[in-house]
Amino acid sequence: MAAGVATWLPFARAAAVGWLPLAKKTMPKPPVDKKSRNDEILFVNVSGFRFQTWKNTLDRYPDTLLGSSEKEFFFNEDTQEYFFDRDPEMFRHVLNFYRTGKLHYPRQECIQAFDEELAFYGIVPDIIGDCCMEEYRDRKKENQERLAEDTEAEMGADTPLPPHSTHRERLWRAFENPHTSTMALVFYYVTGFFIAVSVIANVVETVPCRPLKGSKKDLPCGEKFSLAFFCMDTACVLIFTFEYLMRLFAAPSRCKFMRSVMSVIDVVAIMPYYIGLVMPENEDVSGAFVTLRVFRVFRIFKFSRHSQGLRILGYTLKSCASELGFLLFSLTMAIIIFATVMFYAEKGTKGTNFTSIPASFWYTIVTMTTLGYGDMVPNTIAGKIFGSICSLSGVLVIALPVPVIVSNFSRIYHQNQRADKMRAQQKVRLARIRLAKKGTTNAFLQYKEDGGFQGQDSDSALCLKNRSSFEHQHHHLLHCLEKTTNHEFTDELTFSEMCMTESVGYRTSCSTSISSQQGVTTSCCPRRAKRRAIRLANSTVSVSRGSIQELDTLHVHKSSAGPQSRSSLNARTEGLKLNCEDRDFTAAIISIPTPPANTPDESLPPSPAIPGILRNSRASSYTHETVKISSL
Amino acid sequence: MGAVVGTLTMQTRQRRPSRDKIDDELELSIVCHRPEGLEQLQAQTNFSKKELQVLYRGFKNECPCGAVNEETFKQIYSQFFPHGDASTYAHYLFNAFDSSQNGSIKFEDFVTALSILLRGTTTEKLQWTFNLYDINSDGYISKEEMTDIVKAIYDMMGRYTYPALKTDTLKQHVDAFFRKMDKNRDGVVTLDEFILSCQEDENIMRSLQLFENVI
Repeated sequence: MAAGVATWLPFARAAAVGWLPLAKKTMPKPPVDKKSRNDEILFVNVSGFRFQTWKNTLDRYPDTLLGSSEKEFFFNEDTQEYFFDRDPEMFRHVLNFYRTGKLHYPRQECIQAFDEELAFYGIVPDIIGDCCMEEYRDRKKENQERLAEDTEAEMGADTPLPPHSTHRERLWRAFENPHTSTMALVFYYVTGFFIAVSVIANVVETVPCRPLKGSKKDLPCGEKFSLAFFCMDTACVLIFTFEYLMRLFAAPSRCKFMRSVMSVIDVVAIMPYYIGLVMPENEDVSGAFVTLRVFRVFRIFKFSRHSQGLRILGYTLKSCASELGFLLFSLTMAIIIFATVMFYAEKGTKGTNFTSIPASFWYTIVTMTTLGYGDMVPNTIAGKIFGSICSLSGVLVIALPVPVIVSNFSRIYHQNQRADKMRAQQKVRLARIRLAKKGTTNAFLQYKEDGGFQGQDSDSALCLKNRSSFEHQHHHLLHCLEKTTNHEFTDELTFSEMCMTESVGYRTSCSTSISSQQGVTTSCCPRRAKRRAIRLANSTVSVSRGSIQELDTLHVHKSSAGPQSRSSLNARTEGLKLNCEDRDFTAAIISIPTPPANTPDESLPPSPAIPGILRNSRASSYTHETVKISSL
Repeated sequence: MGAVVGTLTMQTRQRRPSRDKIDDELELSIVCHRPEGLEQLQAQTNFSKKELQVLYRGFKNECPCGAVNEETFKQIYSQFFPHGDASTYAHYLFNAFDSSQNGSIKFEDFVTALSILLRGTTTEKLQWTFNLYDINSDGYISKEEMTDIVKAIYDMMGRYTYPALKTDTLKQHVDAFFRKMDKNRDGVVTLDEFILSCQEDENIMRSLQLFENVI
């Protein structure tokens, strides 16, 4: 949790007074803060530069070197200060982090050195503030690339497939990333080749070839070798159709695929051929058919699958659409104005080309774009004057769209880069927040398991030593909340299992209504950590089904609890748990909602702590059956 | 030329909002608040000079501008209860702390409330709690107000509790509270009823002493 809130913790705890009149149970005892409560100034000597700071400042981040007991390793008894043999310039930034909560990256420092310092002081670089994060990231990336360790670009394409992917998924992956398998690469190049062949054939078939014998007219090659061209076209179309159908089959979302630009291009590329096959050789229709053949040129757009540059260009134009549209509009305005003016200026001249305003459009466009074909030329003086104004303003207008598109392109490009970075950062941040939350939950549950709130008696003192006083107090606060509401915190796993078994419990125990009633409506079900014989005796007799589930989750918790507890006395804590477990087993046996369950109920109350060990042997023989039944 | 004008206007339109935003941010940070002198606060509250110094250093670090608004308060309080949603309760708590009801907690409010909660007499603490429960400050705690408060507290527990929260848990809790506190059974709890009932309950009296050494 953000350690900045450590200052507010006393305040939140004081506000807990507001829960007291509502509390169903008595509040637990607060942890005793054995350390001296006076704040003191610490001296930190970094290679001769003496820094001074309050102890509280450093305690804000207890999981760093300076905030934890790790700094005691660097304490110099003679001079009564903490001595670090590190760079004092970097330390300044580290200390500022403690003071302000924001880590800044000094731009003149080497990124590698900075990372090493952070690693030494136990600070995760992800908390660099937004103001410096981009720079930090950029520099880091640069550095990595320079050291030829750039695996980011490779990662996306080369991540291995999940082991159990269907043929369909594999096929889709092959289509999207041709570099993943040889077959895909071969297919990629084959289609590329055929696109090129098809386009070239379209072009070449219009070139005039030598005429047939006995004819004077030059024939286009297409008509001379019509069969050859037809065969080539057929082959290309077959390949394209096959590719399209395969993509359609492999696509995870067929509707989305069919609406995408690339698939539309594919369809447009192959449709004319099929329409041509279907349509009869009719004279009037074939005129329209010829127009259709124009669409064959769209096959060239299929190259955009093979070329990243085309895709970026296409995207840029798409995103600049509004700017381009506006420019087109203003151009149209200018054309109309000048065409009107030229028309009326040239109206009088005999044999003029400016026959109408639309006819003048052509002159205006040609002049404004500085083409100047010369097919339409003004003759009157007024026409010439306006014509020159037109060409001068045309120069201005043409100069405008280019920087707009260029700036748009660079903006989009950088935006894409930044968006990707931010997305990655956001994911990391969210993951860290989730992890921190889970960590706090787990820490609290772990704390309860370890019997943390039994006061500072000697057995538990050792395993609790590694927790800071902040954690103690925070756990005490959460415990107070539990007592106020008379409900306990659990984690998702336990909760969902409980929900499942409660619903099952209703079903199986319908015959023995008494025990099920008792089981479900028990308000206080002693959990593993709070296993005291006295409490067990006081609690309502039959332990609810929930405790059975605790058996299953016991194993889960044990495995997850291992790496969490930093204390070296794992054996100690496990010893505590072991006792609890066995008592849990005995309790669980009783709560099986079968008729015999009622009788052992009476025997439950007098089970004190020590004879629990004796009961172990009996319990263990039952455990397997219990576990089997409860796992249902 | 139309194009020229058009692009120029587009540019300025884009530039202006960002400039306004920076100005706004500057304005907000200028509004500052400095607390009364150390001696005055020492006289008004039950804290020693050193304790006030420690408190102020922490407070100033978190809020350099000297006051906490409700949003920040909710965020801070929510961090202590990651399991559930602490925003509703934080809202009630904020209103209880904000004695001048002007939407921000200054250091004086903060310290006064802490002084009551940690160093005050039992009656003062109970009075503070009554003000917390009395959402509309009319001198009576009604069942609706109590239900709101209890719901806010249960919200902080989150979803994953043991035993699982049932639909009538809230109602039962509120009814139990009213059974204990509402002496004349008129449906509302007054300050005197509240203080009297709490003083009769040993658990509450004992628990009130627990929080003395928080600072």
